[in-house]
Amino acid sequence: MTALAAMIRRDIRIALRVGGGALIGVLFFLTVVVLMPFAVGPDLALLTRLGPAILWLGALLASLLTLDRLFMADHEDGSLDLIVMSRTPLELTCAAKALAHWLAAGLPLVIATPVLGLLLNLDATSTSAVALTLLAGTPALTFTGMIGAALAVTLHRGGLLLAVLVLPLSVPVLIFGVAASEAAITGPLSFGAPFSILCALSLISFVIGPFAAAASLRQGLD
Amino acid sequence: MRLSGRGIRCVRGGREVFSNLDFEASSGEVLAVTGPNGSGKTSLLRLVAGLLSIAGGSIDLEGGETELNLPEQAHYLGHRDALKPALSVLENLAFWRDFLGGEALDPAQSLAAVGLDHASRLPAAYLSAGQRRRLSIARLLAVRRPLWLLDEPTNALDAPGQSLFTGLMTDHLARGGLVVAATHAPLGLPARELRIGGAS
Repeated sequence: MTALAAMIRRDIRIALRVGGGALIGVLFFLTVVVLMPFAVGPDLALLTRLGPAILWLGALLASLLTLDRLFMADHEDGSLDLIVMSRTPLELTCAAKALAHWLAAGLPLVIATPVLGLLLNLDATSTSAVALTLLAGTPALTFTGMIGAALAVTLHRGGLLLAVLVLPLSVPVLIFGVAASEAAITGPLSFGAPFSILCALSLISFVIGPFAAAASLRQGLD
Repeated sequence: MRLSGRGIRCVRGGREVFSNLDFEASSGEVLAVTGPNGSGKTSLLRLVAGLLSIAGGSIDLEGGETELNLPEQAHYLGHRDALKPALSVLENLAFWRDFLGGEALDPAQSLAAVGLDHASRLPAAYLSAGQRRRLSIARLLAVRRPLWLLDEPTNALDAPGQSLFTGLMTDHLARGGLVVAATHAPLGLPARELRIGGAS
């Protein structure tokens, strides 16, 4: 437990300090959302209708942005060797790292959503619905993205490969995330059904992500 | 405690690096792995640390803690120093102490032992190569492990640093520890030599 807490503390600390990725994600999210009205035009009704989808896409891309450093940084400076050798099971360490990454990079996106909702002409109920779906859905993005981050280490390629590997995996999360937000805003479907599936996707990724990432990291040792 | 390898074969990238390698060392002994560049010294250390898969033969540690496997009882000091530039010297060391677990020493005390106590608040990014090496060595002291796997441990260390490290190794051996070191320079300690490749 001490080991995992230490890992979470360290990763959050690094992310929040100079050169860390926590703020970059929020800034990128802000940029994507701010650009949308310029691209779509000043049609307020259209913006309201597209709002949840834009926020979800922005959050998805922003959470991908710093994900490739999740294991790559530890691989490059040799920390990964010590992590693999340690007495803590690699699966638990992977889960701790993903949790730290979500706390530092995913949670700020959820917190920024209400502010960005204003730019898309979303009212209070709509933004809180989107923020709630992001809160339930972004952990799934991080925990499935972790598999891609581990593969990037194994295959010695970062960056774009990660996006290609991870984006298809995040399609279900995107579908149900946007569906739940739309349901809360316009109906006629109930909010509960897509939201429950979104939560289920997150729970599944909590189980599969760490095991798949750990298996990939063990394969990639050299 | 006794570390032994029988008929070890190592293959990297489809090429055989060495084969049929035997070695043994027991508590209180240093095994100095020598050989020309590219002969597989680092590969051997990584095989022992469980960081490479072994292509043939076996490596055993007898007389250690039974519920732990070999890598869990070992420290690995490699070329890459596992330090985060954004964290301070003390934070780096405290993290590894907490994460690696087991019997541990106060981080400030181990920093003092390697002569880095004056720099404990400094971000690791500002350390020189020699200071980074000293900080990595402090990790060996902060958490107690019976087996030390050292890859060119005295690289970048100045003369006082080298004699300080020799002293630390002597203490470790006196406590019943075991050292396997890949090295070109003499370690300043009586050691069993294992020569890989080249003229042997």
